[in-house]
Amino acid sequence: MAELSHPSPPLDVATLRKDFPLLAVEVHGHPITYLDSASSAQRPVQVLDAMREYDETTHANVHRGVYSIAEEATRRFEAARHNVGRFIGAPNPAREVLFTKNATEGLNLVAHTWGRTHLHPGDAIVLTEMEHHANIVPWHILAAERGLTIRWIPVDDQGELVLGNLEQLLEGAKLLGITCMSNVLGTLNAVSEIAEAAHAAGAVVVADGAQSVPHLPTDVAGLGVDFLAFSAHKMLGPTGIGVLWGRDELLSDLPPFLGGGEMILDVRKDGFTPNDIPWRFEAGTPPITEAIGLGAAVDYLRGVGMEAVRAHEIALTTYAMDTLTDRFGRDIRIYGPPDPSARGGVLSFAYRDLHPHDISQILDEYGVCVRAGHHCAKPLMRQLGVNATARASLGLYNDQSDVDRFADALAEAGAFFG
Amino acid sequence: MGLPLMPGLEDLYREIILDHYRSPRNRGELESPPARRVEGFNPLCGDEIVVTLDVNDGKVSDIKIAGTGCSISQSSASLMSAAVKGKPVTEVRDLITTFKGMMSIHGSTLPSGNSGSAGGDSGAGGDSGASGDADVETLEPRAIDIDALGELAALQGVVKFPVRIKCATLSWNTLAQGLDESENEPAA
Repeated sequence: MAELSHPSPPLDVATLRKDFPLLAVEVHGHPITYLDSASSAQRPVQVLDAMREYDETTHANVHRGVYSIAEEATRRFEAARHNVGRFIGAPNPAREVLFTKNATEGLNLVAHTWGRTHLHPGDAIVLTEMEHHANIVPWHILAAERGLTIRWIPVDDQGELVLGNLEQLLEGAKLLGITCMSNVLGTLNAVSEIAEAAHAAGAVVVADGAQSVPHLPTDVAGLGVDFLAFSAHKMLGPTGIGVLWGRDELLSDLPPFLGGGEMILDVRKDGFTPNDIPWRFEAGTPPITEAIGLGAAVDYLRGVGMEAVRAHEIALTTYAMDTLTDRFGRDIRIYGPPDPSARGGVLSFAYRDLHPHDISQILDEYGVCVRAGHHCAKPLMRQLGVNATARASLGLYNDQSDVDRFADALAEAGAFFG
Repeated sequence: MGLPLMPGLEDLYREIILDHYRSPRNRGELESPPARRVEGFNPLCGDEIVVTLDVNDGKVSDIKIAGTGCSISQSSASLMSAAVKGKPVTEVRDLITTFKGMMSIHGSTLPSGNSGSAGGDSGAGGDSGASGDADVETLEPRAIDIDALGELAALQGVVKFPVRIKCATLSWNTLAQGLDESENEPAA
């Protein structure tokens, strides 16, 4: 939104696919049909090359050496931080963008630091039923330790949050944890309105952006949340690095997360003085090469245009939902909102009475990669009344032929199990 | 079906497995008590199985299987129920050991064991489970008496698909737990 308000031309997927070496591999003699980007996205050569170039020409530890390549490594590392911050509309990237291991670590960091500072016995926190375990379990751990109460915003049959009792749920609550986009249902939550209600009730808002940041224009100012966590590997970047964005005024008051090098200004025998933000939360040597890769991934996404990515994924989600419904009728149930513009390109489905593992196994025979399981969202699965679903998820490099091959393979799975 | 399956997949989905999946034997629950009721879970996929069994005079006199799961876990449970019903507990325990030996990651010592799929003999690391490897026991490689397994031998292809091993062993671990409990609290 901040950077990409102009309308974008449609994606040239055929050309763009050539940037992704993995999409050229074959599986069991079939071209790969990669439909698991919600789990981890493939990387373009631009990202792979940037990491390799850095490793081959510039690598040294950051924030330490006074020699040339160490200074250049530090400059590039901090430039990546700035770049990612601009990508999500952070007002002050140099202070507010924390590098973490992944979105999970970012959410845990909030629980450990903000949670341990501000939550006390008897306090209430609010989560949605569609959270990933990464935005549930850290709060369970803290709730058990501190004697907190967890309240839940329910999910209806169409996979939308039920907001009728929002004010009551938020009353007196200290924190709201909410996902911007469900990793199971694709549901896009009205985060800015819900965050406004949470703030009115005096709660701090922790948003899980792991699914939304890779697929939608993101502007943290407009989103109105206080913390936003996401992972590089779902947005065309490498594994091993993620981001926690937080408001300067909140981060500034927090104690450190992990202790070690980098996060201190001074260490004495009788104690230590923590570093300023963001380094206070980055103990030890950070994932430097990965930060360079994340910066390159952000450049790539910015070059394509997030408005264009979103438009492409709405069109392809529409095509996929229509194709599956036309071909399989009542044999298929697609979970989540029926309106493709109200969701991301994540399609959890049940096909006849086939188990998701069996579906996924047969699809693999045709080179079609989908996820099967509970998707680290067991409270939501219980709400849906299922143990597991199969999930096909789309990315900017998928096209209609991917959807067609997926549907063909699904028909074969149906024939196989009779 | 219209596809020429790759060899490994044919091994996974043998006809007898599909038959037990479509028409599971000994389906349901025995009244408990007096039957012993044990639940097993596969945290990887959320599958659950309920084994109810009667142990009388050192024999598994009756057994029933309930719960939900994939074709491999369901057929394995069905085949297991048919194999152990009416058998002495000592024989059942031997069968569990033999079956789990067949399902161990060192199944490459099996006669037909070509490691066609990912993992093969790569050790416990080949198991993608995030929740421990208790089911993928790294038993010493040894000869498994496939003949003693009868119809159960149809499941040996599973070992080539490490992710699915937990599916096949779920009911067996649950049964073993039930037998242990029967031994420890025979009065129950």
